Amino acid sequence: MRNAFADEITKLGDSDPRLVLLSGDIGNRLFDKFRAAHPSRFYNAGVAEQNMTGVAAGMALSGMRPITYTITPFVTTRCLEQIRTDICYHDVPVIVVAVGAGLSYAGLGPTHHACEDIAFMRALPNMKVVCPGDAFEVRAALRGALQQDKPVYIRMGKRGEPKVHNAVPAGFEIGRALVVEDGSDVCLLSNGTMLPEVQHAAATLRERGLSTQVVSFHTVKPLDTDFLRDAMAQFRLVATIEEHSLIGGFGAAVAEWLIDNQVQPKRLLRFGTPDAFFKKSGEQEYAREQLGLDAKHIAARVLASLG
Amino acid sequence: MSTALQSNEVAALAHQAAKLRMRVIQMSHRAKSAHLASSLSCCDIVTAAYWDVCRIDPAKPTDPFRDRFILSKGHAATALYTALAFRGFFPEALLDTYCKDGGMLAEHPPARLLPGVEAATGSLGHGLPIGVGMALAGRMRGETFRVYALLSDGENNEGSVWESAMFAAAQKLENVCVIIDYNKWQATARSNETLQLAPLRDKWAAFGWDAHEIDGHDIGTVASTMRNVPNGSGKPVALIAHTVKGKGVSFMEDDNNWHYRAPTEEEVGKARVELGLA
Repeated sequence: MRNAFADEITKLGDSDPRLVLLSGDIGNRLFDKFRAAHPSRFYNAGVAEQNMTGVAAGMALSGMRPITYTITPFVTTRCLEQIRTDICYHDVPVIVVAVGAGLSYAGLGPTHHACEDIAFMRALPNMKVVCPGDAFEVRAALRGALQQDKPVYIRMGKRGEPKVHNAVPAGFEIGRALVVEDGSDVCLLSNGTMLPEVQHAAATLRERGLSTQVVSFHTVKPLDTDFLRDAMAQFRLVATIEEHSLIGGFGAAVAEWLIDNQVQPKRLLRFGTPDAFFKKSGEQEYAREQLGLDAKHIAARVLASLG
Repeated sequence: MSTALQSNEVAALAHQAAKLRMRVIQMSHRAKSAHLASSLSCCDIVTAAYWDVCRIDPAKPTDPFRDRFILSKGHAATALYTALAFRGFFPEALLDTYCKDGGMLAEHPPARLLPGVEAATGSLGHGLPIGVGMALAGRMRGETFRVYALLSDGENNEGSVWESAMFAAAQKLENVCVIIDYNKWQATARSNETLQLAPLRDKWAAFGWDAHEIDGHDIGTVASTMRNVPNGSGKPVALIAHTVKGKGVSFMEDDNNWHYRAPTEEEVGKARVELGLA
């Protein structure tokens, strides 16, 4: 995803002279092309995320379209008040881009895990929260975010994730759920980096005779409530799946919406990380498996729920 | 390094600062609001900025080429509101709505609501990074303007100030000027007994700024040093302005109770006499 991000912003920077990239001292060589093409619009802001975020807000207040970028906890939690006050309160078009969503950097340990950021970001007024499902969705999310003229949070994985789409999906729109695979019994609402894993789970369910829809539910805020309303009415079972805490994330947003609108799902399952730090060493695949977020566990829980 | 002011210019600015102080005191009295002494300590700096230094046009508050003045110590909002109203950014009558239910003038400056308020401040340590971003945007867009950020001394406690100081120095933002209202008090204690600031000028110099100590109530010097930005040093400029908290009213000066106290009607009258406006 991050290579697609670097490539896409380089292209977007060609056509939009307002685009500025601020990096928190990461992405060694990743932005070489951007820097070569737009030397005056790249800033290594150092390991100083509070300043980077305030600077971005100041640039946006003076007509630019800045993007702040570093590893998820550092570009969100470390400078949360700057995002809240400088970006969201001023309601200025800064795009906060995080790399390493959820357990992408499982091996680096809990300092680098990011299973709370959606909760923080979606609590902020004026902020839109977008979690692309693959590299092509990253490109679409960036294009869409630049058109918002508003604060946007984009939550990416790392690099080398399987591609789900063959090209930038034409139907991608911030705030609209994107159906990736059609089905009629079970609806798997996948948020962000979980998408390829959810496709595997869907394949298992189909083998067991369940017609399974896979949805890239990339935008957590604003929530596509039209889609949700239809899905809750149509499917025997709906599941929210995210690489994020069950507290305050995508599934929580869906559950809140259900209660607030007195919508009765036939059956709703929420998949996410528990209210705990994951302290064991190991890579993303291992961490997902341990936390019940791999395809096998997802499929098994869906099947068990349907009896 | 200064472009000296004429004595009549200095006298006019001093008179303007006195009027600013009087209105600030009235606002605190009527609203029973805090931070009066913090506003009084920076009235000379704010007056110099709005009546002498900044290239601004109240009729064009969003002119991309305007100088930016950011009140990073947002708790001195009454000084900013009064300056903006007196300069014609919005009607003076609006000052009477300060802190009233349903108004636009809260105890800290709001975001994108009042003409002339460049940034919403109140949480300390935010104004300088925002100002640095503005200065960089100006550089990228070919708009030459200056950015002035007024910080409190207590605000220097915030790590984000020093992050920004290092970044601005690395970017050689010679059109950025920080003015520190060094009144030696923060909310509940002496500044240097809380987190050690001294030697504050040396600190800013060590962080790569062209740093100077000035008398923050010598309005001619304040104006001339602020005028002289950029000053040819190739560095951002830090003015450590020595001030007195509660300046201008003898019974408020250097008494930190006035960080939170609001004056009575009688005290407002006494202040008016002391300010030479009776």
